[in-house]
Amino acid sequence: MLQGGGVPLSWVLILSAILFSLGVAGFLFRKNIITVFMSIELMLNAVNLSFVAFSYKLQQVNGHIFAFFVMVVAAAEAAVGLAIILTVFKNRSSLDIDDVSEMKN
Amino acid sequence: MDLFFFVVFAVVAIGCGISVVLQTHPISSALSLVGVMGALAVLYLLLGAEFIAMAQVIVYAGAIMVLFIFVIMLLNSGGEVRAGRSVIVKVLGVPALAGFVVIIAWVFNSSFSELAQVHFGGFSDGSARSVGRAIFGPYLLPFEVTSVLILVAILGAVVLARKELD
Amino acid sequence: MEFYVISLVKIAVVFAGFMTTLAYLQWVERKVIAHVQVRVGPNRVGPHGLLQPMADIIKLVTKEGFLPSHVHKVFYLLAPFIAVSMALISISIIPFGSEIKVFGYTTWMQLTDLNVGILFVLAISSLGVYGIALAGWSSNNKYSLLGGLRSSAQMISYELPLSLAITAPLLIAGTLSLREIVQSQGGYNFGFLPRWSVFTGPFPQIFSFLIFVIAGFAETNRVPFDLPEAENELVAGFHTEYSSMEFASFFMAEYANMITMTCMTTILFLGGWQPLFPASLGSNYVPPLLLFFFGALLLFNGLNPRRKKDRLSLPVFAVVFFLLGLLFLVPAVKPILVPFFWFAAKVGFLLFTFIWIRGTLPRFRYDQLMGFAWKFLFPAALINLLITGLLVALTAK
Repeated sequence: MLQGGGVPLSWVLILSAILFSLGVAGFLFRKNIITVFMSIELMLNAVNLSFVAFSYKLQQVNGHIFAFFVMVVAAAEAAVGLAIILTVFKNRSSLDIDDVSEMKN
Repeated sequence: MDLFFFVVFAVVAIGCGISVVLQTHPISSALSLVGVMGALAVLYLLLGAEFIAMAQVIVYAGAIMVLFIFVIMLLNSGGEVRAGRSVIVKVLGVPALAGFVVIIAWVFNSSFSELAQVHFGGFSDGSARSVGRAIFGPYLLPFEVTSVLILVAILGAVVLARKELD
Repeated sequence: MEFYVISLVKIAVVFAGFMTTLAYLQWVERKVIAHVQVRVGPNRVGPHGLLQPMADIIKLVTKEGFLPSHVHKVFYLLAPFIAVSMALISISIIPFGSEIKVFGYTTWMQLTDLNVGILFVLAISSLGVYGIALAGWSSNNKYSLLGGLRSSAQMISYELPLSLAITAPLLIAGTLSLREIVQSQGGYNFGFLPRWSVFTGPFPQIFSFLIFVIAGFAETNRVPFDLPEAENELVAGFHTEYSSMEFASFFMAEYANMITMTCMTTILFLGGWQPLFPASLGSNYVPPLLLFFFGALLLFNGLNPRRKKDRLSLPVFAVVFFLLGLLFLVPAVKPILVPFFWFAAKVGFLLFTFIWIRGTLPRFRYDQLMGFAWKFLFPAALINLLITGLLVALTAK
């Protein structure tokens, strides 16, 4: 059992940065629409962790409220985004983001 | 004890995060994302955010990700084929991201290193009571606006996913 | 240090008790449904079929567990694991009784108490959906996929009326911790009416109770909401491709979910481990009196038995019941056993209702089931919450 010190807060923030950059990597490098969408959710989770960590530092509950609203907005966005993905699949039978490029040029 | 829990669940979160990005089949990515959310819920408990931790599991891992998994199972389009990306992406992409993370980590460590140590019980204001008081107190307007947002999202999803009545 | 030892002992006791209850709940279900259908049920293995769960366990464990070649192996093996572990985790915050003193250590008859206890139970039941969805999908079989998706959609749809029905008694109790919810239902009105939330309070929670029980039936995939796993519908639904231990895991998960739902109903609406009338009116003597009465009944039936085999077994059971009744009179174990008896009696009554309804009602069609959740239960739960909130606000000091 480690006594005494806890976890330095900067480590929590570094973890949030790592998860955020993993989300960016998934968003930029993957071809499946649904995986791209899941990388967005990963980024939102990393931001939530950041909010809660700073709420711990400032000893206020406002960070938790922000995290709560981020979760609510992510839920709404997931619902609409998945409905859009279903419609795109119905029309094109493909989940590749390179195939959904008819507005280019 | 706090350090042990943090390290274990941070490693789980990073491992599942890497798995989200690297797996071919979307279902494996989705389940790894559920793993990330579970690990983050434990980290929220470490940071004293009990209500947010439970809300994360109920809303994010238990509802949003189930929606993702439903859509993936219904579409059933199989795993992604690893086609060629350009060489520039492979050579420059990962080191660029790693450099970004290293810079941010160095900035955090140098400017926030004298900060509070996180331990269980360090923040006692994360219960449902204080979150509720804040939501129905100073943050009442954003709360009502997000309810309207959810209503709009429900209507949008119903309209988009409806069969065409020809 | 002693905290860890006490916790380990409590975990061992609760786990052993829970697994035995799971096994014998299946025996109770088969006997009750048999008697509802005017037949006898299992009565060959042991006296009155009491060793039937043992035989079933031995069969399921020693059956050949094969892995079909066409399944996705990782998810196929992960799904029953998720289903069972989520079902068993939720037992960890259920309070079985009040504070007790054992060998000088004071502890609660509860593994742990979270101050967001209700949210924890909701979270675990949300995660239980994954076991079923993955089982349906990984079996690579269109009947399993349909059954898994239907069952998951049913479980998520009924989580909404479930959560809304939970919030109404929470408004009255004012806390999310399970222990404090039970404690807030203590005390007696007029000296003898219990202050359970289904009877009293600013608004008697009878509608929440009904909505919670109906949504509980749907959450645990029991009749009349068991279309996704019925044998004569979608082959066997999401567990078509499973055999031996994995199949047993899904059944264990279903019964464990049933027990958890009934425990939650008891805690939220029926006052948990609070007795029906106060101890000053003699409620501490109800358990031993009941046990003596049933012991005498068994002895009477044993002395003029209908079957020759009962000449030995029924009097033996009568003696066991008498000894248990005497155990309730020992003052050292009374504070442990009496609250647990009341809790177990209420949970047992609700489990009997679950089994009784299984033997009585036909099942819903899937669109009727979903329409019922969204068009009737959800608005009803909302209106109930509105009325409760209004009355709590009007009568608050």
